[in-house]
Amino acid sequence: MSQRISRRKLFGMGAAGVAVAGAGVIAVRGIGDEPAPTTVASVSDAVPFYGEHQAGIVTPAQDRLHFVSFDVITEKKAELAELLQEWSAAAARMTQGQEAGTFGAVGGQPEAPPDDTGEALGLPASGLTLTVGFGGSLFDDRFGLASRRPAALADLPHLPGDALLPEISGGDLCVQACAHDPQVAVHAIRNLARIGFGRVSVRWSQLGFGRTSSTSRAQATPRNLMGFKDGTANLKLEDVALLKEQLWVGSGDGPDWMTGGSYLVTRKIRMLVETWDRAPLAEQEQIFGRDKGEGAPLGRKNEFDPIDFEAKGSDGKPLIFDDAHVRLAHPSRNGGAHLLRRGYNYVDGSDGLGRLDAGLFFMAYQRDPHRQFVTVQRSLAGRDSLNEYIKHVSSALFACPPGVRDAGDYWGRALFS
Amino acid sequence: MRTSLAIAVGALALTGLAACSSEPTPATVAGASAAPAKGGPVTVAATDTECKVAVTELAAGTSTFAITNGGTKVTEFYVYAPGDRVMGEVENIVPGLTREVIVELPAGSYETACKPGMVGKGVRGPLKVTGEHKPLSDDAQLAEATASYKRYIKSQSDTLLIKAQEFVDAVKAEDIDKAKALFPVSRTYWERIEPVAEIFGDLDPAIDARENDVAEGEEWTGFHRIEKDLWVGKDVSKDGPIADKLMADIKTIVEQSNSAELSPVLLANGAKGLLDEVASGKITGEEDRYSHTDLWDFDANLQGSKAAVQSLRPVLEERAPELVKTLDEKFAGAEAALGAHQKGDGWKLHTELSKGDLKKLSDAINALAEPISKIAAVVAK
Repeated sequence: MSQRISRRKLFGMGAAGVAVAGAGVIAVRGIGDEPAPTTVASVSDAVPFYGEHQAGIVTPAQDRLHFVSFDVITEKKAELAELLQEWSAAAARMTQGQEAGTFGAVGGQPEAPPDDTGEALGLPASGLTLTVGFGGSLFDDRFGLASRRPAALADLPHLPGDALLPEISGGDLCVQACAHDPQVAVHAIRNLARIGFGRVSVRWSQLGFGRTSSTSRAQATPRNLMGFKDGTANLKLEDVALLKEQLWVGSGDGPDWMTGGSYLVTRKIRMLVETWDRAPLAEQEQIFGRDKGEGAPLGRKNEFDPIDFEAKGSDGKPLIFDDAHVRLAHPSRNGGAHLLRRGYNYVDGSDGLGRLDAGLFFMAYQRDPHRQFVTVQRSLAGRDSLNEYIKHVSSALFACPPGVRDAGDYWGRALFS
Repeated sequence: MRTSLAIAVGALALTGLAACSSEPTPATVAGASAAPAKGGPVTVAATDTECKVAVTELAAGTSTFAITNGGTKVTEFYVYAPGDRVMGEVENIVPGLTREVIVELPAGSYETACKPGMVGKGVRGPLKVTGEHKPLSDDAQLAEATASYKRYIKSQSDTLLIKAQEFVDAVKAEDIDKAKALFPVSRTYWERIEPVAEIFGDLDPAIDARENDVAEGEEWTGFHRIEKDLWVGKDVSKDGPIADKLMADIKTIVEQSNSAELSPVLLANGAKGLLDEVASGKITGEEDRYSHTDLWDFDANLQGSKAAVQSLRPVLEERAPELVKTLDEKFAGAEAALGAHQKGDGWKLHTELSKGDLKKLSDAINALAEPISKIAAVVAK
């Protein structure tokens, strides 16, 4: 890979050094097809961009998110394919801590606008991953892709309690940027959006400030804004057999272009945190079915103890209520459906009524969203006692193709060629 | 070899350009062969109270100023020609930082200024420039480009004088309906030449300031003051002097615009500047907030931008044929997006457009402005 200059290197040399062609950063390499237990040694390191699967799915969840959904505005399929090539090249650079374009923020002609926006100068790669997905609307009659739409990408059905706002739902394309530094994630999205002007237009975007799931056993389970550990029972990169069964699209599942990919469901879930905070501790714990401190299932001691749904209290009633979140969401209640959740807490300022506009930007990857997410959400939407405190305000489903193999490949090549 | 028309701002201020050449690479500075300055840049030591420029005399031509902010406030540096015409500027010099600006100065008397805190008249000092200076824009094609754009400015400004007079007359006759009808028409000619008009710092706000642009204690004059009286107050009986001043200011700015020396880079940045105007003021409906006639201004900005690009077309066709193709396509796209909102001889009101309509317009302008932002570097080669 020919690399020009890393942002970190630039920082080290000072701005005067921009003319020197750099040797490039050392990417974290040597990871085979099967993920190792720990892939990111430090929060500043680079995550490899090329691979069988897209990075940013089983990659241990980074701390920060900037997610964006685009409408495609060009009517030419060739322009869309070109965009995906340009994006892949820019992503290969930015994920390795380099600038978006070959000249960079300060290395070009002074009369020309820089080909990198510059706000990540001096910042390391910060574990940045960029993950792309295609929405069902891309497969309408504009680009002749209708016959290649996977059945699994059928629109999600209306689910009880949905209060979805169309302007922050759906989209033709998405990019998920995760990083340990929010500036690095925003920089990546901003530069990709800029490259896309005239071909795509931002439909909606979402910042997430704290991860709410672990996707590796090497990570501690974080907490959502309700104060509970979230994602204890999540699919994790160490669950190799389960990932194959539940996460990655297999050959024969649908059109070949998706083999090795995964389906992403996003749901913006507004939390009425002020009301929640007035609920008694015992009620909060009953709603989730876990204790708030340790995260253990009620009736057990430790977070990862198996859940005993039969356990009864001294009053003879189940310790874990019938409408507890942990019971309704459990694979045993949902035909064995697991999800790889990768959500983030958000606070979008306040709502003008003296309350925080806060909640969870839920993201879940899976092999078949209709068999997995829809089943779990139906189970939850009908009965979950948590529903009193939450509202689903946006929803989207994207088909995330397999990974970009090398510099000659690009996102979705098998779909567009 | 000559490289850098880009940094040749001619006899004309090119503030946008100067501001972004704050950290030229060594190669750029060396490439400015017309640079007469012996040795390195002219150093400027700025503090919260002082602005020490290393020299008070310079040879005509291109000079680089390196401003170091030793103060505690963010500062700016300007080179002014008489009447505070901006010849070059660099903004946002944070404490501890050194930034550079390249300015082309013909012989004459100038003033330098640092503006600690980025407000007020700043700390001034004299600067005398002597000697012969051959302007950089001597390439025949580029010279023809500027000449062609000057002809455009002339034709537009001639009509501006006529239409503005009609508008002013209607206001003074208190013929509200007629004045309302003439308001967007007269503005069309103004909006087409605005990038040139904007060079003359004081007059642009006097003619075109919005109410919130005016500092406390200053009088709000110009088009939008009358617009508010026409649409909101529905009373222009006291606007006689404001209308007269508007006409006088327009006359002055037309005179100045027609005698201004233009450079190819100014044309390129002007074309981009007009689209920036569309993106920041017209699509949001902030420009004509009382009359909602923003789409007239939108159309005029787009036409003015196209005129500047078209003037450069022969140069672009030679140097960047692919870019020309893209520009043609994106201009057509923007014109089609806007064309959907035509109504009679004019345009729909901003308030008649849906959020979706406005997003489409915004997308079309973004699609066009990106390739336009590449023109300056091409003509500067």
